[in-house]
Amino acid sequence: MKVSYYPGCTLRNKAKELDRCARECAQILGFELCEIENWQCCGGAYTSSTDEIATKLSSVRALKAAGELDRPLITVCSACHNVIKRTNLAMKEEEFAGKVNAYMAQDADFTTPYGGETEVYHYLEFLRDKIGFDSVKEKVKNPLTGRKIAAYYGCLLLRPSKAMAFDDPENPTVLEDFIRALGAEPVIYPARNECCGGYVVLEDKDSAKRKSATVSESAKGHGADSIVTACPLCRYNLMKSGSELPVVYFTELLAEALGAKEAENG
Amino acid sequence: MQRIGVFVCHCGTNIAGTVDVAAVSEALKNEPGVVYSTNYQYMCSQAGQDIIKNAIAEHGLTGIVVCSCSPRMHEATFRKTAAAAGLNSYMVEIANIREQCSWVHKDMKTGTEKAIILGKAAVAKVNLNAPLTPGESPVTKRALVIGGGIAGIQTALDIADAGFPVDIVETKPTIGGKMAQLDKTFPTLDCAACILTPKMVDVAQNDKIRIFSYSEVTDVKGFVGNFDVTIKRRARYVKEDVCTGCGACTEKCPQKKIPNEFNLGMDNRRAIYIPFAQAVPKVATIDLDHCNMLKNGKCGVCAKVCAAGAIDYNAKDEYIEEKYGAIVAATGFNPISMDKFDEFAYSQSKDVITSLEFERLTNAAGPTGGKLLRPSDGEHPRTIVFVQCVGSRCDSCAQKGKEYCSKICCMYTAKHAMLTRDKYPDTDVYVFYIDVRTPGKNFDEFYRRAVEEYGVHYIKGMVGKVSPEGGKLMVQASDLIDNKQLRIEADLVVLAAAIEPDRSARPLATMLTASMDTNDFFTEAHPKLRPVESPTAGVFLSGTCQGPKDIPETVAQAGAAASKVIGLLAKDKLMGNPCVAHSDENMCNGCSTCENVCPYGAITYEEKEFRMPDRTTRIRRVARVNEAVCQGCGCCTVACMSGAMNLKGFKNEQILAEVDAICR
Repeated sequence: MKVSYYPGCTLRNKAKELDRCARECAQILGFELCEIENWQCCGGAYTSSTDEIATKLSSVRALKAAGELDRPLITVCSACHNVIKRTNLAMKEEEFAGKVNAYMAQDADFTTPYGGETEVYHYLEFLRDKIGFDSVKEKVKNPLTGRKIAAYYGCLLLRPSKAMAFDDPENPTVLEDFIRALGAEPVIYPARNECCGGYVVLEDKDSAKRKSATVSESAKGHGADSIVTACPLCRYNLMKSGSELPVVYFTELLAEALGAKEAENG
Repeated sequence: MQRIGVFVCHCGTNIAGTVDVAAVSEALKNEPGVVYSTNYQYMCSQAGQDIIKNAIAEHGLTGIVVCSCSPRMHEATFRKTAAAAGLNSYMVEIANIREQCSWVHKDMKTGTEKAIILGKAAVAKVNLNAPLTPGESPVTKRALVIGGGIAGIQTALDIADAGFPVDIVETKPTIGGKMAQLDKTFPTLDCAACILTPKMVDVAQNDKIRIFSYSEVTDVKGFVGNFDVTIKRRARYVKEDVCTGCGACTEKCPQKKIPNEFNLGMDNRRAIYIPFAQAVPKVATIDLDHCNMLKNGKCGVCAKVCAAGAIDYNAKDEYIEEKYGAIVAATGFNPISMDKFDEFAYSQSKDVITSLEFERLTNAAGPTGGKLLRPSDGEHPRTIVFVQCVGSRCDSCAQKGKEYCSKICCMYTAKHAMLTRDKYPDTDVYVFYIDVRTPGKNFDEFYRRAVEEYGVHYIKGMVGKVSPEGGKLMVQASDLIDNKQLRIEADLVVLAAAIEPDRSARPLATMLTASMDTNDFFTEAHPKLRPVESPTAGVFLSGTCQGPKDIPETVAQAGAAASKVIGLLAKDKLMGNPCVAHSDENMCNGCSTCENVCPYGAITYEEKEFRMPDRTTRIRRVARVNEAVCQGCGCCTVACMSGAMNLKGFKNEQILAEVDAICR
């Protein structure tokens, strides 16, 4: 099965592991991530911009590119996923879509207008709904037995729930089910869906640090030995706050359990 | 040719503000058949009606057009006026130039043009009107009350007091409803059971009232004064007339672990049970889903211990059919499910409870014998956080909760907070609110007492998250007045869940053809002037099925609904609606289309002999309308392919004449 893949900028530098493991695991699980051509930043970095159209154009182009190949679009980064899904929902509104399409009609290669037709999945969502955690479990070579892993959702992965339509943001289960499928034990702790501080780190390092420290301390206090996340920014903030627990991407965990490295080597 | 009079109403500035009424009356003067046309400030006033009466006499009018408000408002008024002047009521037509014209237009020119067109259409119709005489139907002098909470109880008692028989249908094994589960009532703090249970006994002892408990209405046919209702009496496997309510069976039944609904699952009951000590009727009921004897034929303990011999394992559901003149919906409410509000950790901690659960926790007949103890460990809670508006006043975009205010929560939360501080002064009590809404007699004084005398901490702001941590509940909240984020370590969190209509209301409304709003509350015939009547004749509304209400309001509305029922049942005959369907036998081809579309079952077919032009006779199948059952909805006239079916007062020719007048 071929699916369109949108890695996002962070996966090209700070979060290379998130990207590499995602690709390797996809092969093992029987689907191919086909990176869309000429993708640009999803728009997540322009959150403070006031122009509501220009910030969404690059996402729309990515969505349109996937739609033209008649494939679903998969993202791994929480922020890209958030921006792209919200953009896709916005494109289903006639008035907004009209404005965006009028913009894009100026592109030299513009063909047909886009109206939110492409299906967007987060990699985790795709595993749960299309591959099935049971199938993932069957492919596990190195079960992570005995590990106590704290799932950290952050805020962008599930919220706003109407647009993400992915899991209950107040009492989510997807990452915990994922951890169970890999053979480890999920740790439920109160701060798992709190904010890590996000972009506040640019303005006020201490404030972001306090938020992140709450998360890692809460996880540690509930007996976790590591934290797993889908978001590069969450990982960055958690590490900077001096988390005593290792913070890994969910795809790294998946690669470890599926034995992706070994498959590569031998 | 008709002699038509046109009367254009100013309705103060309601119409005259956007419609040039003089121009309308002037323009309509030239319409075919019009012999008189005038305008007046308030046509519905005594003086206005006199203008109509005088004109009828003076100009020998045979038809009337009143250009005024919606016919729902004053059609009946002007029909009476015409009748008083000796004209058939059905020779009156209303052109609605207020709701459908002046209120929706801003521009005088377009408003006036449209008013003239609407007037022309009405004139064209009256030209084809014929006098109609309504038939009469008898009134069955018995009322049905659906729901046996305080609303249904009060309505039934008031109707019975006037001498009419009443039946109460209640789905639960006992009447009493939500009020029976309450501990104290605001703002007087008298005990709910002490004021409710005597009324329940009155119902049981009143020989005009029959209680069908553990029953439901499954079918309603007929119309005002003559409803045919089917009631399903679910098998309770205990003979109601034999059981003495001694309770021996409920102590011996070996099935002990069934969540007790009356205490909201906070303790257990047996498979054979009496919901609570003051239940009416006080008879046991066997829960089919949990009884071993009924499921696999093994047990029979209750039959052995029953001295009265009331147990009947072979009982079957029974259906009874009864006739009623009036039906009162009193189906009540439920707190909404907390499933979508997991930020408050309701599903994650036993110590997060709803306000109704709190009522049971503080009630002497509740699971803790009235001691306020944490459900998780039975300890006395030292810090309690009450959260108001859980699911009330929600943004429609949130896709959870309700947009409306549930109205009762501010007062019962103040009551809970006050009673807690009174009984356990060592307890810290916080109440988080968006607004405190306490209009009502002695209500605000009550709330202020909670704050000023009992030292309850009222904090404006909402709770964002409750997380169970180490046996405590960490409550994260914002204090909007101090502009601070708060973290409170609580032992118990109480959620004031929004209330919603009972699930049975929607299917019931369908059976009754009564309308509902988007929240499934029953709609009243007029929000101000007919608050206890449904738009469907003969169907009345009592209590929270119409909208959130506290007990005093519910009782007041229940009495008002009863008085409307009494007014109806006091009549011996009802005037029917003469605007019913009529089939032209010569045109009917017997296709059955009309019979299939009729929602009231008013159309039947008969074989009839017709004389043909060549003097032979032929038997043909033709439609016949039962005028007593027909409600004049007009479905059949639209469906009839041969054009045989016509609605009196709204004949196809009349409607087309109106359309022609508009398009002219």
